[in-house]
Amino acid sequence: MRYIPHTEDDVRQMLRAIGVASVESLFASIPEKLRLGRSLALPKAASEQEVLAELAALAARNAHAESHDWFLGAGTYAHFVPSAIDALASRAEFYTSYTPYQPEISQGTLQTIFEWQTMICALTGLDVSNASMYDGASAAAEAVLMAMRLTRRHKIVTVGLHPHYRDVLRTYSAGPQGVVAEAPREASGRTVPLSNLLDRETACVVLQQPSFLGVVEEVRAAADAAHAVGALLVVVVTEALSLALLRGPGELGADIVCGEAQSFGVPMSFGGPHLGFLATRSSFVRQMPGRVVGQTLDARGRRGFVLTLSTREQHIRRERATSNICTNQGLMLLRATIYLALLGRRGLRELARMNLAKAAYLRARVRATPGLRLPISAPGFNEVVVGVPGSAAHALKHALDDRIVGGLDLAPYASEFGPALLVCTTELASRSGIDRLVKALSQAG
Amino acid sequence: MSTDDRQSVGPETLGNAARGLAYEEPLLFERSRPGRVGYSLPALDVPPVAPEDELPAALLRADCEGLPELSEVDVVRHFTRISTWNYAVDLGLYPLGSCTMKYNPKVNEAVASFAGFARTHPLQPVALSQGLLYLFHQLEKHLAEISGMDRVSLQPAAGAQGELAGVMMIRAYHEHRGERRTKILVPDSAHGTNPASAGLNGYEIVSVPSGADGVLHPEAVAAVMGPGVAALMLTNPSTLGLFEEHIVRIAEIVHAGGGLVYGDGANLNALLGVARPGDLGIDVMHFNLHKTFSTPHGGGGPGAGPVGVKNLLAPYLPVPVVRKLSGSEGDGFALDYEFPHSIGRLHGNFGNVGMLVRAFAYIRTLGPDGLRRCAEMAVLNANYLLARLREAYHVPFDRPVMHECVLSDARLEGTGVTTLDVAKRLIDHGYHPPTVYFPLIVHGALMIEPTESESLEGLDRFVDAMLAIAREAEVDPETVRSAPHFTRLSRLDETRAARKPILRWQPGPFEA
Repeated sequence: MRYIPHTEDDVRQMLRAIGVASVESLFASIPEKLRLGRSLALPKAASEQEVLAELAALAARNAHAESHDWFLGAGTYAHFVPSAIDALASRAEFYTSYTPYQPEISQGTLQTIFEWQTMICALTGLDVSNASMYDGASAAAEAVLMAMRLTRRHKIVTVGLHPHYRDVLRTYSAGPQGVVAEAPREASGRTVPLSNLLDRETACVVLQQPSFLGVVEEVRAAADAAHAVGALLVVVVTEALSLALLRGPGELGADIVCGEAQSFGVPMSFGGPHLGFLATRSSFVRQMPGRVVGQTLDARGRRGFVLTLSTREQHIRRERATSNICTNQGLMLLRATIYLALLGRRGLRELARMNLAKAAYLRARVRATPGLRLPISAPGFNEVVVGVPGSAAHALKHALDDRIVGGLDLAPYASEFGPALLVCTTELASRSGIDRLVKALSQAG
Repeated sequence: MSTDDRQSVGPETLGNAARGLAYEEPLLFERSRPGRVGYSLPALDVPPVAPEDELPAALLRADCEGLPELSEVDVVRHFTRISTWNYAVDLGLYPLGSCTMKYNPKVNEAVASFAGFARTHPLQPVALSQGLLYLFHQLEKHLAEISGMDRVSLQPAAGAQGELAGVMMIRAYHEHRGERRTKILVPDSAHGTNPASAGLNGYEIVSVPSGADGVLHPEAVAAVMGPGVAALMLTNPSTLGLFEEHIVRIAEIVHAGGGLVYGDGANLNALLGVARPGDLGIDVMHFNLHKTFSTPHGGGGPGAGPVGVKNLLAPYLPVPVVRKLSGSEGDGFALDYEFPHSIGRLHGNFGNVGMLVRAFAYIRTLGPDGLRRCAEMAVLNANYLLARLREAYHVPFDRPVMHECVLSDARLEGTGVTTLDVAKRLIDHGYHPPTVYFPLIVHGALMIEPTESESLEGLDRFVDAMLAIAREAEVDPETVRSAPHFTRLSRLDETRAARKPILRWQPGPFEA
């Protein structure tokens, strides 16, 4: 076995030092009748060459963003990933280390997290960020639990929230008796005024920006409505690139901004590992879940970084911890930090404008194409609801025949628009690809 | 530098380490220069739009102030340089107890990067995802066989989320039976995540004391078991590295009282192919794929924490569930969402799929004999370290261990040297320290898990370092207490960081 270095001589020498006769006798503390007593029924070991071939064959049975033109978003986004990210994230010093418990030999990871926290604060318009959550959905769930603790209330009103996120909120908040309700939508796709839906039992409003249907929502009005009843505003962002154009929700009154940063250099990878983020006001930091890195000095007065405020965490506070999270998404945080460093102050905006332009082009083409509709008039970023003739499933099938993954069938999520797709245009969508998509969808009826 | 100067700063080499050049590197923001770029975009092939024309003015930002401006060279150098400040498994022994820092095979990285895995979308048509669904189905089956559980869900993103799922299923099970149970029993040696996961579900925690021999005794469990108890959560082998030999009797007591038994799978590496939690009375457990199944720890994740259950808890598994089609449905696999008693969804998608691919490649590479060999050599390594280190370090529970051993600093009393100092001095010898001050029931604990990846001579070098530190504590305690000396930074002031938190960089002169 190439991962295990022991020779038979080594084993004999070690057994002698321990003072036992056999490897088997090392397991003497496991009563005989509790031992398996047979080999595990698993396929026999495969060589490296065989494993590569077997996995390549499985990979070949999945469509992916290189095999098809890709217009499917809805929380997971096909963006270009610069080569430097894979190169740097493949450095063993990053990916074969663990949580930086020993700061003197973990400054690479700690400084990266501090840089991430700084950039997330800049993008969200808030004061403090943690060192990642599992994904956008669990980040939203942790934000809700945090709001429930801060307000000691149990009602949660969601606005335009991704249905999977809403499911995860329900799962997480069931223990502390949270009640989750989605605000109704207007025909425009926008949410109805919130004030009628909120009361003194509301812990928080959870507003997705842009919404699941791609609509850019009014943050300030939601913040005012939430604050008027003593509730908090949680803004959830699933398309983090939108933050390059949109004002940090913290500047518009959001108390917690959280979501998914997969768009920043993290592969889609069938939905994970992705990168949950969570930022809040400094006054709430003691209730924030997850790890956080702070600046300090070493014994000789030089700047360094450490994990800090750990009295919030499970290994210290145990059942009174702000969260049970331990291992988080460190390597994805590294990728996103590299991504933001490469794109930087100008590149991120330029890329976001490119996404916006592609969506505007798609809208223009849809508007000009008989049979297709734009049921939502409200502004959006890089996702568009496109009404199709006949059935959405049929339209998607028609696009697939032309090797196009055409978007998400909205039938299970939002039936009021008739047969419709949620179509996403990132920088990977070419003009000719959009033209082919529009043609395929319009001809499906 | 003269010969005298060299001597005055100590030896050139120490243990597994030698003096070398370390690189200074500022923060990204301090390297930033206006006008530098590290990206290139294709020419826009559609008409340009102005954000002001598309989006409400009140919602627009003027600038991404706060992000740096750097060239690709700047960024590559920055991260390459700071990476050298990290210790890592690929540099050497990383004996962090309870974390199973085994070697992370390179072929696993290669397969996970295939476009047919890495560039797939969670909402793409199921018919075009059959390679992945097959892999999920196989991995579920393999984990069920390895653990002796009936069903497995791969969804939880880390061990702690697996625990959360497990406790939720326990709660759903009791609620479905119309029983109101409010307490969960947790041994005093447990990981902090156990009580935290139970607490998040609204349970009251009842701590169960370990016996004088370090293991949990049936009487201690019987004394606190009652109709209000929903479950016992335990780790086997325990965080002391000891097999809970009374587990079957303990499970019987909990079951007889109507409770369930949760198994924390953090230490499963010790049992691979030797014994199975499902055969020991465990009803629900989580796996840590980043520990037992070699997926990299990534500087703090991602992990993956699949959860395994016995059939009685299967109706409560998180959705979606992978199902093999049968009969008239044809071949292949489907994703099922409709389970009336499911605890629901825990993850936005299917969990940390990239980690599942790696773990599957690992199980395929090792096969049944290789997995058992992992357990055997991991246990051999831990017992070898214990045999060699007991001459210098106190062993609080002196009995054969499984995959890890726990020592303490009790023998160093009087030198002024504590566990923290030993840990920091190990860094000078070129090692990552063990887990320290855990489990909580051992004062000054040093919890050492070598894993099967370490060779005999590698372990001997580590032992030499530990013994040298123990000797040094007697003759030159100050050197140990002020360690590390060989690192770029010396000991960091954690109290200062917590007292006045500085959690992001801000322009202006550096101030700590």
